[in-house]
Amino acid sequence: MMRVALLLLLALAGPAAAVQPDEILADPALEARARELSKEIRCLVCRNESIDDSNADLARDLRILVRERVAAGDSDAEVLQFLVDRYGEFVLLKPRLSAGNAVLWLAGPALFLGGGLAAVLFLRRRRRAAAPAEAPLSAEEEAALREILGEDRQG
Amino acid sequence: MIVELGHFALTLALAVALFQAAVPLYGAGRGWVDWMRAAAPAALVQFLLVGIAFAALTHAFVTSDFSLRIVYENSHSLKPALYKFTGTWGNHEGSMLLWVLILALFGGLVAAFGRRLPLGLKARTLSVQAMIAVAFLAFTIFTSNPFERLPQIPLNGRDLNPLLQDIGLAIHPPFLYLGYVGLSMAFSFAVAALIEGRVDATWARWVRPWTLAAWVALTFGIALGSYWAYYELGWGGWWFWDPVENASFMPWLLATALLHSAIVVEKRSSLKVWTILLAILAFSLSLIGTFLVRSGVITSVHAFANDPDRGVFILGILGVAIIGSLTLFAIRAPAMRSEGVFQPVSREAALVFNNLVLAVACAVVFVGTLGPLFREFIDGEKISVGAPFYELAFTPFMVILLLALPVGAMLAWKRASLGAVLARLWWAGAAALAIGGAVWALQEGGALLAPVGIALAAWLILGALTELWERGGFARTGFGGGLRRLAGLPRADWGKWIAHAGLALSAMGIAALTAWETEDIRLAKPGDRIPIGPYVLEFAGVESLPLGAPFAIGQCGNEGERAFKGTEARNFRTEMGRFRLMDGDTQVALMCPEKRDYPVQRMPTTEAAIDSTLARDVYVVLGDRQTDGESWAVRSYHKPLAAWIWLGCLVMGAGGLMSLSDRRFRVGTVAGRPRGKAVAAE
Repeated sequence: MMRVALLLLLALAGPAAAVQPDEILADPALEARARELSKEIRCLVCRNESIDDSNADLARDLRILVRERVAAGDSDAEVLQFLVDRYGEFVLLKPRLSAGNAVLWLAGPALFLGGGLAAVLFLRRRRRAAAPAEAPLSAEEEAALREILGEDRQG
Repeated sequence: MIVELGHFALTLALAVALFQAAVPLYGAGRGWVDWMRAAAPAALVQFLLVGIAFAALTHAFVTSDFSLRIVYENSHSLKPALYKFTGTWGNHEGSMLLWVLILALFGGLVAAFGRRLPLGLKARTLSVQAMIAVAFLAFTIFTSNPFERLPQIPLNGRDLNPLLQDIGLAIHPPFLYLGYVGLSMAFSFAVAALIEGRVDATWARWVRPWTLAAWVALTFGIALGSYWAYYELGWGGWWFWDPVENASFMPWLLATALLHSAIVVEKRSSLKVWTILLAILAFSLSLIGTFLVRSGVITSVHAFANDPDRGVFILGILGVAIIGSLTLFAIRAPAMRSEGVFQPVSREAALVFNNLVLAVACAVVFVGTLGPLFREFIDGEKISVGAPFYELAFTPFMVILLLALPVGAMLAWKRASLGAVLARLWWAGAAALAIGGAVWALQEGGALLAPVGIALAAWLILGALTELWERGGFARTGFGGGLRRLAGLPRADWGKWIAHAGLALSAMGIAALTAWETEDIRLAKPGDRIPIGPYVLEFAGVESLPLGAPFAIGQCGNEGERAFKGTEARNFRTEMGRFRLMDGDTQVALMCPEKRDYPVQRMPTTEAAIDSTLARDVYVVLGDRQTDGESWAVRSYHKPLAAWIWLGCLVMGAGGLMSLSDRRFRVGTVAGRPRGKAVAAE
């Protein structure tokens, strides 16, 4: 909440987009790959921003580094591995599927299956359940009901 | 003097809230009518007192009373009048006061309009609401007092962060708080029902309008925040999956689920336990959001006031509220019995599925937001979770939801036939597939994102139209008769169709924008021509306007943009680019992106120029002047269907409002008002 707080976002990140004209690779295909990769790499000194979004100096350095690796013929996986070796997994905005991150990746599917099973059981029980007698209205509710119905007739 | 009055009123409000939390609850337990009746006037007095406090603070801001610490820190005598006013909540302390004000407002509304609410339920609900008020009033007074004076009065203030000097962001927090705090109402009703041990259709009928109102406000609030990010951050991103955004999105997801499950409670007297749990969880997530933002435990781009004391205080509130309500839930819930009987294929079952998907989607956002924190806590490993994660882990659930929606919406209550519904919908499915295929062919292959997204949107809209067609009975009664029948349908039905159509519009905008956006980043000199999408931007030049110059926006932009940006320029200097957006030889728009500099805060900001139509946005940003003195970094974007994202949110919210105006809510709420025209729906 308190999106008022958004303010600091900009105090830290500064305005304007990141990629500067002088960084762009001449080959559009390589550049496009570099852009896609940049979106998955965290600007380490920023708060939860990719290097593609950030205009911090370090982000610029990383963007240039990514472009160097891409231009040197690295595959996407190699570029990411190169960065992980240097900076740790912290640099990846999409955590790898590993034992430590299992909860992160599996929570959704597992809950969906588990919840789905629970829902199916619930639905089967609902089918069989005998409808209990309606609880009688309290005196107060009776009065309210009469009033509502009475009013409606006038309306 | 006025400041002291405000301070005093705030303290008094805490005392009233304490009274309101204890007396009616005890009275309800004992069956003492007089004690229960104390709740409503107490709620009204509490609202009045917090209102006085808020008015006093607003007065201090508007009159630039720099003897107040937060006015000094967040205002400036040269700040435009509008932002002096909105600056009241553009800071931690003031925003807490707004939070409390809205909390008291909701309590006051229940007190004022809940005349038909059963006395016991009303007393307990207002009492629970007052407990929340006690916690947050105490938090405000003891850790974030907005009325703190400075020993020496400074001559001028430090000004408000320039990014907050914006109409979009000025009205964003009130909407968001209306949403968060509105969910407190559902929470209070849920806890009151647990204490009472009774959940029935009356209860559901009372909870649903509050949830709807909160949901509408939250929808608008999130959309505003997103649109603000879009035009203010300078590169046209509109959602960042940032922890603070997630903090508002999670309650929204659960509130959406709650809206749907409350229908089942109301109409079919089933899903009671789950609905109560959802009401508790939705508000708990609002509290967790507060904690995340105010304590600084999570590194967010929005990181705010990192004050450990405040964090601990909010954590305390969080703990008591969540553990307390869940304990109560564990004790009382097993005694609640669902009564409605229905088949596994029925509207009830469809709504269960809706709830499942929304709850799981919310859980994904939850683990993504808090996962890094827990991971670091467990084995010290630091990981990051960003947009690429959510695109993969969250989006599939939305696709499932959109696929199932038209089918579920047409299933009959109690017992339905899937085959029959599919037979009625097959043409919509076929048409949606055809549209998706056509889009795929038009974009000449490539990524499936846009075709799939647009096919889903078409599926939703055609599904809603099928339902309209059948409900109107156009096939039997002809066009005029069908329209008349449609006009007579309950507004809640209309709300449903409108809201679902809004969802479709947003989905369409998101898919098209993500798939088809094009950008151009280059160095340009005045006179250069920049191709973007089907247009060409002619760079006409850059004009420097000094501090204090009247804001000569002239022919720039369109009317809406001028109104949105404001026309006063007093507290910044600016460099304003001029670009002619050309479609062939015709000028479509004059676009004037700016680089502003706010000297008091020593902060530059970028004001993008956006030319927005239904079909596309063209978005231009002026970057840095290069060392050669004449060329500039210029970014331009062509964003197909961008406006649909927020338009869809508006339509969704409008659907909520339509549903809120449904007769069955009005009947229960306002007593004794002559009612002439509302009977037609019977």
